[in-house]
Amino acid sequence: MEGAATLPAWRANLATIAALMARARNELLRVPGAAIPGVLAPTIFFLGINGVFGALTQLHGFDTGTYESFVVPVSMLQGAGFTGAAAGVNLARDMEQGWVDRLLVSPAPRWVLLAGTVLAASARALIPATFVLAIALALGAGWPGIDGLLIAYLMVAAMAAVAACWGSALALRFKSQSAAPLMQAGMMALIFTTTAYAPLALLQPWLRSVAEVNPVTRVVDAARQGFLGAVTWSETWPGVVALTGLLIVLGAWSLREMRRTAV
Amino acid sequence: MSELRKTARVVGALGMRSIRQTFRRPQLIAPILVFPTLLLAIQTGGAGGAVNLPGFPPVQGFLQFMLAGAMMQSLMLAGNSGGIALAVDIEMGFTDRLFAAPIPRYAIVLGRLAGTAALGLFAAIWFLAIGLIFGAELHSGVVAVPIAIVLVTATAMAVGGIGAAIALRTGSASVVQGLFPLVLVVLFLSSAFFPNGLMIQPARAIAEYNPLSFVVEGIRDPIVSSVDAGTELEALLAVLGIAALGLVLSARALRHRLRVG
Repeated sequence: MEGAATLPAWRANLATIAALMARARNELLRVPGAAIPGVLAPTIFFLGINGVFGALTQLHGFDTGTYESFVVPVSMLQGAGFTGAAAGVNLARDMEQGWVDRLLVSPAPRWVLLAGTVLAASARALIPATFVLAIALALGAGWPGIDGLLIAYLMVAAMAAVAACWGSALALRFKSQSAAPLMQAGMMALIFTTTAYAPLALLQPWLRSVAEVNPVTRVVDAARQGFLGAVTWSETWPGVVALTGLLIVLGAWSLREMRRTAV
Repeated sequence: MSELRKTARVVGALGMRSIRQTFRRPQLIAPILVFPTLLLAIQTGGAGGAVNLPGFPPVQGFLQFMLAGAMMQSLMLAGNSGGIALAVDIEMGFTDRLFAAPIPRYAIVLGRLAGTAALGLFAAIWFLAIGLIFGAELHSGVVAVPIAIVLVTATAMAVGGIGAAIALRTGSASVVQGLFPLVLVVLFLSSAFFPNGLMIQPARAIAEYNPLSFVVEGIRDPIVSSVDAGTELEALLAVLGIAALGLVLSARALRHRLRVG
């Protein structure tokens, strides 16, 4: 105990974050079924959208190769969105069961408690992303190259963090799992009102206008570039900037909600 | 009061409870209305160019084509939500109290199905209204409205029967909730979202025999073209088939539930 008492603050914070991440991992190992919806939903969407809308590549102006390559990054990001939103639902459950109250009376700073939830979601999002990717590659999606793959995974992890911040803010605001549909619908709207189904030029005018201002369009483009062609810095940095901006805004909001939460 | 009237009152009361329960819980109403509406908007905006594909049936627009798909998605999820709610009732012991009441056992299931049918009716009206507000035309005129309402309501009840059977058999809300992805699979493997002829194999081959495809076409036909008696008859037969399956499964599951308690 003496050792713990003399631990520098930054090390104690890191240990707390690691402990919270380990708790999320344990949950996954002890309740394997908990990960299934997060993995199944983007996979089914990928297979479904591909089977149903695959003929869209015949449209004039759809100058990408296979629809699998076009859609797989969206499904990976969708998996990240689901996983992040699930982190919010789990936080709401923990609030209902009193676990969060116990965390709040601990000496750990609020941002550390939030970081544990958000980073756990980022790590967890790699599972559905890898599953969808494996299926897509088996069905004929183009190999994105190591650089394209790394960028896609970076976008997935950061998108899950964004979704976890969104879900956590709503969980802390409503303090109930009833807010789950709002967490999921928000992420679904953010990810699908982009160039998810077709290139910008082929979208209906209203969706094109929304996609042009939706920052996640830049994220989709960055994650998609390796699957469709060469990886370039000009396609990558807008995605990084968009995710950084979203993380700052939603992170600040969830932290504010966390600080306002009284025991 | 005759036995039939008494049973009808029980069914009505349980149906009303089921509807109130759904509208009070965002987790139950969101999959029925919010997600299908969101998906309708996104798919119409994202894949709307599909109407220019060679082989796409003549339609006024992709929204007009997609309305039937959105209704199908909504009613399928209404059936699933009804199953989840019934399983929650079993988990919390409410169903046991109903079993102990002097009412016919089948009225308990019928009450839940009446609620699901009402939600289907609501979904049909909701999506027809959305379509009309955003400019979709009903090609065959007003007759498309009752056809859509009848088919959607009846299919919601039929699909709800399968959801109820699984709830009664397992008594676990999480198991019924776990069927949510399956609902999406069955929908994607039908002509709910795209013309059958333009789908990619093997989805196209499966969609051709999927009973839901017949129901979708029955709802869609009067919206995008004129009423065809053959298509409507096929849709009706498909609904009856699903209802018969749900009925048999529910009856067997109810007997099982009464045996195990």
